Amino acid sequence: MLSTGDDITVNHPEEHDSESDDDPSGSSAVVLGLDGLAALIAALWDRGYRVVGPTVRDSAIVLDELLTADSLPIGWGDEQAPGHYRLRRREDQARFGYVVGPQSPRQELSPQKVALVKIRRTADGFDADAVDPTPAAPIAFIGLRGCELAAMGIHDRVMIGGAHPDPVQSARGADRFVVGVDCGDPAATCFCTSMGTGPTAGAEMGPDNTETADLRLCELIDDDRHDFLCHVTSKAGAEVMETLEHRPANTADHLAAQEVRHRAVQCIEKHLDTDGLADRLMAVPDHPRWDEVAERCLSCTNCTLVCPTCFCSTIDDVGDLAGEMTTRTRVWDSCFTLDHSYLHGGAVHATTRSQYHQWLTHKLSTWWDQFGESGCVGCGRCTTWCPAGIDLVEEATALSRAPEINR
Amino acid sequence: MSLRDSIAAPMVPVRYRVVERRRETHDTVTLTSVPDAGVDALEEPRPGQFHMLSAFGVGEVPISVSGVGPQGGIEHTVRAVGANTEALDALSAGDAVGVRGPFGRGWHLDGAAGMDVVVLAGGIGLAPLRPVIQHLIEQREENRSVRLLVGARRSEELSFTSDLAAWSEAPGIEVAVTVDSATREWSGRVGVVTNLVEDLDVDAPRTVAFVCGPEVMMRFSARALIEFGLLPEKIQLSAERNMKCAIAHCGHCQYGPLLICRDGPVFDYPELCELMEVREL
Repeated sequence: MLSTGDDITVNHPEEHDSESDDDPSGSSAVVLGLDGLAALIAALWDRGYRVVGPTVRDSAIVLDELLTADSLPIGWGDEQAPGHYRLRRREDQARFGYVVGPQSPRQELSPQKVALVKIRRTADGFDADAVDPTPAAPIAFIGLRGCELAAMGIHDRVMIGGAHPDPVQSARGADRFVVGVDCGDPAATCFCTSMGTGPTAGAEMGPDNTETADLRLCELIDDDRHDFLCHVTSKAGAEVMETLEHRPANTADHLAAQEVRHRAVQCIEKHLDTDGLADRLMAVPDHPRWDEVAERCLSCTNCTLVCPTCFCSTIDDVGDLAGEMTTRTRVWDSCFTLDHSYLHGGAVHATTRSQYHQWLTHKLSTWWDQFGESGCVGCGRCTTWCPAGIDLVEEATALSRAPEINR
Repeated sequence: MSLRDSIAAPMVPVRYRVVERRRETHDTVTLTSVPDAGVDALEEPRPGQFHMLSAFGVGEVPISVSGVGPQGGIEHTVRAVGANTEALDALSAGDAVGVRGPFGRGWHLDGAAGMDVVVLAGGIGLAPLRPVIQHLIEQREENRSVRLLVGARRSEELSFTSDLAAWSEAPGIEVAVTVDSATREWSGRVGVVTNLVEDLDVDAPRTVAFVCGPEVMMRFSARALIEFGLLPEKIQLSAERNMKCAIAHCGHCQYGPLLICRDGPVFDYPELCELMEVREL
């Protein structure tokens, strides 16, 4: 990933003239066809990356290894609402016509279960060795949205930005390559525009958002075309692009991308008023809405497992049957479990009410105290995947108002 | 240490050896441990800091440092209340124990210079305060009053009884002990520890307090100390939450805006006073 100010140029295989008008962000823009997209995925594998991107499995868009571009969710879209997710057939053959699935980059960067230390019984007691977290290959992510780029940055800053950088996340995220995609068809659960993380995958993100893609695609589809405007935003991106067939972007291409962006912004109906929200939420621990939402919440942990920034984990020393070897293992955890807050004799967050309070205030309020930024990127996953259809925006908004107005 | 070891050093336990095990109460022991032969010693802990301790094959728990012995041995006082602490409780002299740390922000002892000191402990909460008392005795200031108020639920749950007796003999320090409920043999005071505050003979506005115990006890102690005349910012508390990693990754030790392993466990009272009023935070 590059810092701003680097000079990025793509040497076009064909002649390149003044017709190409690079956008003001300083990155160079080209147009990539469907064959070019396929070639991009192949080129990333050739360069030694493990390419991970969206594919259809179990009636959902999941993240998995993408051997070829044929595995992309071609012609699939999704339909999302509180407590509702369905794949739908699109009328076009869009490769990125869905929004976000239940998974996010954090499953790759900090897997659900990861061995940290091997502890072996010895005559002296024990010997302990760190498990080498270096992956066989660096990851290339395909198709990450603006909200996911933001989430990846937030999650990184928790895991490797503090005094004790996590070796797992450091190693797995090192030298990654990211192909971002502008969102063209946001869902009813999306509120990235409120959180300043989307719907585009980079350039318009807020000043605090340091995470960038190496290549940023905008899928352009109409009766006459199906290709991608591609902003080349890093040296690694430029190096890959040089090996692919592409043409310089012209004004019409940029206008088409602007139209996609404009439509996406128009689509987003959900709005969270973030002005003063952090303080307002922490100021109302006795608000009756907490009781009310606790009656609907099942403490199922879904929201925390689909959230792209949630980082809670537990540590288990898992022994073998012989009692000779223990593997210190990190496993995703959730603040909706009683074990999460267990303290000699009972849980601190013993009720669903206090668990929900912990979750919501952490995302929108105390994350600022702990890490200096929001813990929510507005992707809407928690709302979509809540079996009770609890809507984060609706709850946060209700809690921001005086109780009597809710009645 | 090889390169590979250093990669994940934050979660790798260092092998210490238990050299002494002293029983405090029916369910509490104090273990003294030293780095095992050939093992690099961990950084020396400051009063109020803690370690993650593990017995092989069971799991880790955060345990406050309850003292630093003469040969660099670190003391930890463990109350057996679950699988991990029961396994630690079962260790004997000669056994290996896994140690990580030290972690956290300890007591701010600098702030106590030239001031009277109240040390207020409830139950096992005396453990992280023991190094404070040792420090105050070693670095004795003339004309300073040090008052140690200790409470326990029952008389047989009093830890560090020989220390309490020895500290009572030290110049400049007075020790008061009370128990919530007493057996027939108990001839001392009965009642909650906060009752002892009103009898203090210290210069309240020029007094710092170090408090550790159950959360409810700390809440009422801080209130009683302020009512007595102490300044809120001169009261330090040691907070507790579940903790799995001690390196600010696991999320378990959140206390509202705070991560106890990183920002605490010791806090000035103004940092906690509003949080302590929220139920189940």
